[in-house]
Amino acid sequence: MTALTDLSIAGMKAGLAARDFSAAELTAAHLAAMAAARHLNAFIVETPDIATTQAAAADAALARGDAGPLAGIPLGIKDLFCTKGVQTTAGSKILQGFIPQYESTVSGKLLADGAVMLGKLNMDEFAMGSSNETSAFGKVISPWTSKGANRQLVPGGSSGGSAAAVSARIAAGATGTDTGGSIRQPASFVGIAGIKPTYGRCSRWGVVAFASSLDQAGPMARTVEDCALLLTSMCGYDAKDSTSLNVAVPDFTAGLSGDLRGKRIGVPKEYRLDGMDATIAALWDQGLSWLKDAGATIVDVSLPHTRYALPAYYIIAPAEASSNLARYDGVRFGLRVTPPGGNLADMYSATRAMGFGPEVKRRILIGTYVLSAGFYDAYYTQAQRVRALIARDFEHAWAHCDLLLTPTAPSAAFAFGDKADPLAMYLNDVFTVPSSLAGLPAMSIPAGLSVDGLPLGLQIIGRPLDEAGVLNAGAAIERAAGFSARP
Amino acid sequence: MSVDDAMVRKIARLARIAVDEAQVPALAGDLNNILGWIEQLREVDTTGIAPMTAVIPTHLDWRRDVVTDGNVQAAVLANAPDAVSGFFAVPKVIE
Repeated sequence: MTALTDLSIAGMKAGLAARDFSAAELTAAHLAAMAAARHLNAFIVETPDIATTQAAAADAALARGDAGPLAGIPLGIKDLFCTKGVQTTAGSKILQGFIPQYESTVSGKLLADGAVMLGKLNMDEFAMGSSNETSAFGKVISPWTSKGANRQLVPGGSSGGSAAAVSARIAAGATGTDTGGSIRQPASFVGIAGIKPTYGRCSRWGVVAFASSLDQAGPMARTVEDCALLLTSMCGYDAKDSTSLNVAVPDFTAGLSGDLRGKRIGVPKEYRLDGMDATIAALWDQGLSWLKDAGATIVDVSLPHTRYALPAYYIIAPAEASSNLARYDGVRFGLRVTPPGGNLADMYSATRAMGFGPEVKRRILIGTYVLSAGFYDAYYTQAQRVRALIARDFEHAWAHCDLLLTPTAPSAAFAFGDKADPLAMYLNDVFTVPSSLAGLPAMSIPAGLSVDGLPLGLQIIGRPLDEAGVLNAGAAIERAAGFSARP
Repeated sequence: MSVDDAMVRKIARLARIAVDEAQVPALAGDLNNILGWIEQLREVDTTGIAPMTAVIPTHLDWRRDVVTDGNVQAAVLANAPDAVSGFFAVPKVIE
């Protein structure tokens, strides 16, 4: 029999329904895997007692016949989601010891559907990073290594703990969040699937805020079907999030035929960068021919403002972050540092100096600068206008195609310290940021390997609310690619 | 536009982040590097383009003006670094 931790979520559901194994056994297998893989540092907090209790409840529900759709499925929860009674830090020292008194809507929905929480997954501090090197709780190490080399590699970021745990078979699936690529880029780096739904599909309530107009939760799992299962549970209108979309949530697992007859796949010419990695360029072409084999037609499209997406993002996201992170002042929760003889203002400044890491400080300072008197229009308003042009580029493209296919990231996973310059790190998100700015659903699917034997993902971008179309194209790629490599 | 040391001190004060004097030149270098790259946005003609604020056109829902929460003082104060007599406590504000 396949090891329990190797099963897909769909396979676990079938095995639990057939009584091939119990939820208690399934959870125990994952807790053992978690204990055996602590060197990856994927978890900030492990919650084995909670998991065991939830697994027992799942077994009871399965026996009664009233089990939820995710009963007994062991998941990791990114540490950006507030979990009632379990420390939530967003990867930051400033929230060390913070115990939420409430459950985020998204994690609450997963738990209500019967999921088992294994623990809280490590991440870049406040989701600001693409490598997990900015976590205050130590970097997450990818379970993958390059062929013939033994340097430790990054799992990507910011959902790096989620990526490492799912790839290493510690968790069946995980929650991630994506502001500019934080689900898709790590999924690509570790050879798993991940989808960022349309902005507003998943409630942001109880998710520690980074850049509110961009932040969106989504699932990460080893198969497209598993992503669809988790996404169906995570989505839904929530009156507690004013940007939550009040639209029906389909069963996303229903339409995964992989049949793309009648679909037009756009290829944005601006994504074919000068000096693009040859393996990635070839994989992109391969992906197009797979989609053609599935019945789609391929069309060239243009997204002329693509090159301005990253600089616009690095105004908008830090601006929103500088405002959102103003709440960390040492008064109501988290770290407090009071210099001897200091007053309230000294306490604010000392707390924030001690509690935030260098990248978070850098972004708060950038955000403060671009919003300050005299610079606001030149930077922030201009970035918001460019954002409108980027969204309009996509709208124009939808006149000619139904979905877009691009690479997920410009490279495979890199080694720690390889991108010490912040700008070099930011460029990692070149293919994921434009769809984030436009709020579109987008997914990464593992599609091939680099010359060094490291996973590479392809990205599908869809129209607003067309997660079903994105997932179905993902299913077509998944079938054709037959990606079976594992760390 | 380039950020000098004085500007770094100013925005650090606005952001309420204490910055050691020794860190100021390095921060100025970092910020200039990033802002210099961002400058390319100026070449985009945005005449007549409205700034985008919402990704999906939507409206804010009305709700009844009723109390939906309350009587949770202990939960509100549960994570306070310092709480006295049911209040958040902070260092003296008035000299």
